[in-house]
Amino acid sequence: MSQGHPELAEKFIANDERMHWHDKALWFVRAKRDNASKGVAEWEDLRDCAAKIKMHTIDHLDSYLLEFEKNALAKGIHIHWAYDAQEHNEIVLKLLQEKKVQKLVKSKSMLTEECHLNPYLEAAGIEVVDTDLGERIVQFRKEPPSHIVLPAIHLKKEDVGTTFEEFLHTQKGNSDPTYLTRAARVHLREKFLNADAAMTGVNFGIAETGGFVVCTNEGNADLGAGLPKLHIASMGIEKIIPKLSDLAIFTRLLARSATGQPVTSYTSHYHAPVVGGELHVIIVDNGRSDIIKDKDFRQSLQCIRCGACINTCPVYRRSGGYSYGYTIPGPIGSTLGANRNISLYKTLPFACSLCGSCSNVCPVKIDLDQQLYKHRQTVVAQNLLGFKKHTILKVATWVMKHPKILDFSGKMARAIVPKLPRSIVYSKANLWGKQRELPPFPKQSFKEAYQAKKGDRK
Amino acid sequence: MNAKEKILANIKNNVPAIKEPMPQTNIAHVHFENKEEKFEAALASVGGNAITLSHESIDAFVAKHYPDAKVITSTIDGLTCKNKDANEQDTPHFLEDVDLAIVEGEFGVAENGAVWVKNPKNKHRVLYFIAQRLLIIVPKGALVDTMHEAYERVKFNTSGYGTFISGPSKTADIEQALVIGAHGPTDACVLFV
Ligand code: SF4
Repeated sequence: MSQGHPELAEKFIANDERMHWHDKALWFVRAKRDNASKGVAEWEDLRDCAAKIKMHTIDHLDSYLLEFEKNALAKGIHIHWAYDAQEHNEIVLKLLQEKKVQKLVKSKSMLTEECHLNPYLEAAGIEVVDTDLGERIVQFRKEPPSHIVLPAIHLKKEDVGTTFEEFLHTQKGNSDPTYLTRAARVHLREKFLNADAAMTGVNFGIAETGGFVVCTNEGNADLGAGLPKLHIASMGIEKIIPKLSDLAIFTRLLARSATGQPVTSYTSHYHAPVVGGELHVIIVDNGRSDIIKDKDFRQSLQCIRCGACINTCPVYRRSGGYSYGYTIPGPIGSTLGANRNISLYKTLPFACSLCGSCSNVCPVKIDLDQQLYKHRQTVVAQNLLGFKKHTILKVATWVMKHPKILDFSGKMARAIVPKLPRSIVYSKANLWGKQRELPPFPKQSFKEAYQAKKGDRK
Repeated sequence: MNAKEKILANIKNNVPAIKEPMPQTNIAHVHFENKEEKFEAALASVGGNAITLSHESIDAFVAKHYPDAKVITSTIDGLTCKNKDANEQDTPHFLEDVDLAIVEGEFGVAENGAVWVKNPKNKHRVLYFIAQRLLIIVPKGALVDTMHEAYERVKFNTSGYGTFISGPSKTADIEQALVIGAHGPTDACVLFV
């Protein structure tokens, strides 16, 4: 990543009107989540339980994965293991080539995004169609998703309208969401009916039964996987849950946290291929098993990808998904990205106000803000902060350690700064003042004011 | 080492010595005084509707409410309104022209308007998604409060496919505007019989 979060965010906030629109759109989703969660009296018990199930599963992940494999094989489901993204992509391509697949339909899977599967398959001459409406929109535009649940949240309906004019020949200037959705429906039906194979992600893999669950609102996963003879599902190792009945906990939390719906339109349980077809599950690690080792970051593997932490994040809402430069944006993406490569994603732990709202809404109670706080310390310890910030913090630390000097510099600042011209106070060195006004300087420091008050009381 | 061995060895190496026990999952949860009412309201909130049939037949109901449906198929025996056999061919693509699919659901879930649909007699699972409109027949009174009771009834000892369907297919991917009828059925009615 050549540019960090501040530089990329700058581009997004350059359009003030759109930035505020984006902020409002996400807050709307957050508000729906609040409403839905408040309607469930046992909400906190559900979160507690979900977090514990996930942690328990991670702590026993080797045995649960083996149990899943054994039970899946017994049901005629093929299992593959991929250590990294490259292996995953090779397995997919091999399966597709064996069946001479030319056209593939895909439902949403952040894992395949993470593995950069689409360009890999396209380079091998396979047509890949993302069938989630939001994903199809960004695929037309050659953009990555800007959100894990709402891939096209950064676009206005007019943007979608012009995109569809170009690719689906819709009426010029018509940006009515229903009209555009119907146009996509017709276009994608044709893709579904002509596909040679389908790929889906996995929301939950059930060790006890060897099957898996996919949740969608659009029905695209089921329509895609229900027609061709080959269905490949990619599953990160952390998607496993022990028992079928654990789904009660997770299905009650997922959609309410994601969009405020009581449940997704479809919660589909796959425990067999279609008639005369094949069902393959690829179990993917790609760095996940390394995260288990670190107790500070292990919890990030509990994530069920609901997007709630993203919707609530004051930084994400105002900086957009592309400012993160990582497949998954927002608080969860920042910690996962930093875990993957701290020097590449060194700005992400700082794309955070440490307000803790993410951890408060997370249905599996991941300590997201704490993780980002810890990543910051690693950034500093590894000398990745950048000269300017590093020097400022060094000087500040030194000053704060010397109360006399702190008092003196405070006094000087209060006396001098208000008299300086703007050009000096808001010079390039003042990073903080770039888009912000300094508050008016008080006459006294807190310490002085406190001493004076104490004097009065005596 | 192959990928599987590498992954499992890495996990084994990295998991902590003190492990989280499996928690109790049967947590205390809500019970509704009137499950029917709650189910109807929940389903309405996601764009679906629920109707209880009194003495009318399913055929009469269909004639009245789906006058435009030309191709009608069903997994239920004995319906006269049905004019296409959903299991006729081994490849499901012939179902693409289905206007109305009348299918069986086992029970509804009051808290979220979902119906559990799992029918080994239905050859093509895509039927629930490819039909333009869906009518789900559920036995009168077959309602549970929440997903907790629902999963007490869901079993996958053998292979198969099953899905909870809560209303019609929908999307809000264009500027958060809710549009009913994304890829799957544009309407989904639950009929208690
Ligand atoms: S970290 Fe928590 S809130 Fe964020 S996407 Fe994952 S489960 Fe949802």
